[in-house]
Amino acid sequence: MGSSILLANIGVPGIRNLKAYRASGGYSAVEKALREMTPAQVAQEVTRSGLRGRGGAGFPTGLKWSFLDRKTDKPRYLVCNADESEPGTFKDRFLMDKIPHLLIEGLILSSYALGVNNCYIYIRGEFKYLVGILEKAIREAHQNRFLGEKILGSDFSLNIFVHPGAGAYICGEETALLESLEGKRGNPRIKPPFPAFKGLYGCPTVVNNVETLATVGPIISMGGEEYAKIGKGKSTGTKLISACGNINNPGVYEIEMGLLLDDFIYSPAYCGGIAKGKKLKAVIPGGSSVPILPADLILRTLNGQKRLMTYESLAEGEFASGTMLGSGGFIVFDEDACIVRNTWNLTRFYRHESCGQCSPCREGTSWMENVLYRLEHGSGKLSDIDLLVRVAKNIEGNTICPLGDAAAWPVASAIRHFRHEFEEHVKNA
Amino acid sequence: MDNHLLIKENKPVAFSAETLETINQLSKRYPEGERKSILLPVLHMAQEELGGYLTIDILDYVASLVGISPVEVYEVATFYSMYYLDKVGKYVLEVCRTGPCAICGGERIADYLREVLKIKTGETTADGLFTLREVECLGGCGYAPVMQVNTEFYEYLTNEKVDKILSDLRAGAEKETDQQKRWVAQFSSQI
Ligand SMILES: Cc1cc2nc3c(=O)[nH]c(=O)nc-3n(C[C@H](O)[C@H](O)[C@H](O)COP(=O)(O)O)c2cc1C
Ligand code: SF4
Ligand code: FES
Repeated sequence: MGSSILLANIGVPGIRNLKAYRASGGYSAVEKALREMTPAQVAQEVTRSGLRGRGGAGFPTGLKWSFLDRKTDKPRYLVCNADESEPGTFKDRFLMDKIPHLLIEGLILSSYALGVNNCYIYIRGEFKYLVGILEKAIREAHQNRFLGEKILGSDFSLNIFVHPGAGAYICGEETALLESLEGKRGNPRIKPPFPAFKGLYGCPTVVNNVETLATVGPIISMGGEEYAKIGKGKSTGTKLISACGNINNPGVYEIEMGLLLDDFIYSPAYCGGIAKGKKLKAVIPGGSSVPILPADLILRTLNGQKRLMTYESLAEGEFASGTMLGSGGFIVFDEDACIVRNTWNLTRFYRHESCGQCSPCREGTSWMENVLYRLEHGSGKLSDIDLLVRVAKNIEGNTICPLGDAAAWPVASAIRHFRHEFEEHVKNA
Repeated sequence: MDNHLLIKENKPVAFSAETLETINQLSKRYPEGERKSILLPVLHMAQEELGGYLTIDILDYVASLVGISPVEVYEVATFYSMYYLDKVGKYVLEVCRTGPCAICGGERIADYLREVLKIKTGETTADGLFTLREVECLGGCGYAPVMQVNTEFYEYLTNEKVDKILSDLRAGAEKETDQQKRWVAQFSSQI
């Protein structure tokens, strides 16, 4: 299962530069598309590939593109979401750092498919050093006529601009991102209208994740049908997984979808097992927002099936005994990790990052943080545990954007699977 | 989101000609009538070049440059965590405090920094050199524990590494590369 599509060439010396990227076959997908394919054909290959959004929600990319309003005479925009702030997630940074032209190539192809002439990469401000790397790649692409007016002599023109954020997790949410790009606070917008109709500057807009867009080049090169043969079922292709926590080999791995969870955690090719010879306690497999699962449930589903790295397998059992693939931010906890402390820590994160627009999220996250603080610091009561469950339930589904859910799920799942630990914290206080 | 009081210093502020030109170029990246989009990058440059933190004087200057009202700048400056509205030291040490770093020793690194710098989180050393902040996930969880110093990443931190970083910063030799790390130097693809 050592399939490598996005990261296949990262070992090539100088691959950050256009010359080496070209020499290893880079930009041939752009040449192919602009010379031999219509925009609709490019979009169709993406649909055929079964590619699903790599930013967290796993929404089919081809379908998302089909919603873009093409009836107005307003300009259309493509915005690349490089905000990457979900705790546990550091894959987009790796990709942009190692092989920036792969993203630029994907942006050109996607813009061509969508009829977009101006594309923005919104990148979190803390990745300042990557701004320079991306800008240099863009400059090189211009110099080689892959960007600018009439690309490669076609009728298609495109500019790509890098735009830094300034520290706010919420700006990864697509409508908050658009507000931020317009020079405002990152307050998510009420949907509808969806960005496909009213996005950046009130114009039809597609927002996609870095990894999603970087995958478009390889899809055009190999053909959507070939891409769809990689992976398993509706989880086609490969996925970047950023692995962290108490493991021997933290880092970014490209896996073919369908890899056994067991292999991912224990194989020396991936996480290499739990650090310091300790035992596995729990995993949050898709970024801090997805439910945490204890060791037995992450390795096997409730009915004893070995779990796979796919959207479907990780979700099996739904919230009662499953979780989500999410962004691929894979956080591993060893036997010494304290679930109560970690839940308090993550809740503090969501409280800090709540934009404050809706009361269930603003008040609920502070309330949960306070209760978790006292449980962790020895002054909690047993009734606090059910209180947390209630508050989490009252946030879930009652907010403008999914940050509310993202704050509720970690608390609800930690108590669902580790209630005894919360109780022990009260008893041993 | 945290609450802030803005500082007013009544000092004249102005960008260099080079930065003004970069801002002029940057504004061409956005459509007619959408000049406000340059606000976040301009605030980054302002903080970096005009003293390390954002005062009312600077925010008002930025408002006039961007062509928007001061309150539109205040509400943005108070929203984003990378903008400092309090006086900070020459080097701002931002240690990640979020889960993945915390389970890999991040909390101990923050403790150690407080111990050796003899300050609490949020404070600045008496010599005005270091400010210590604790921030949320920096997108480097696999290289934990992580901190940024003036937006530069330092990873796999240990106490020994922290000692070395601090003594290097104290030695203060401004490297030539520091110029290339400025915000203005990042936007090289201007068209
Ligand atoms: C609170 C919050 C934070 C998010 N952060 C990110 C992020 O950092 N990067 C990202 O690509 N998507 C993030 N998303 C998802 C985006 O809203 C959006 O769905 C995604 O960029 C779509 O791209 P995709 O379909 O290619 O995955 C976030 C969503 C929420 C609710
Ligand atoms: S759910 Fe939270 S982050 Fe999202 S809009 Fe409401 S208050 Fe803001
Ligand atoms: S948790 Fe520290 S960098 Fe992500």
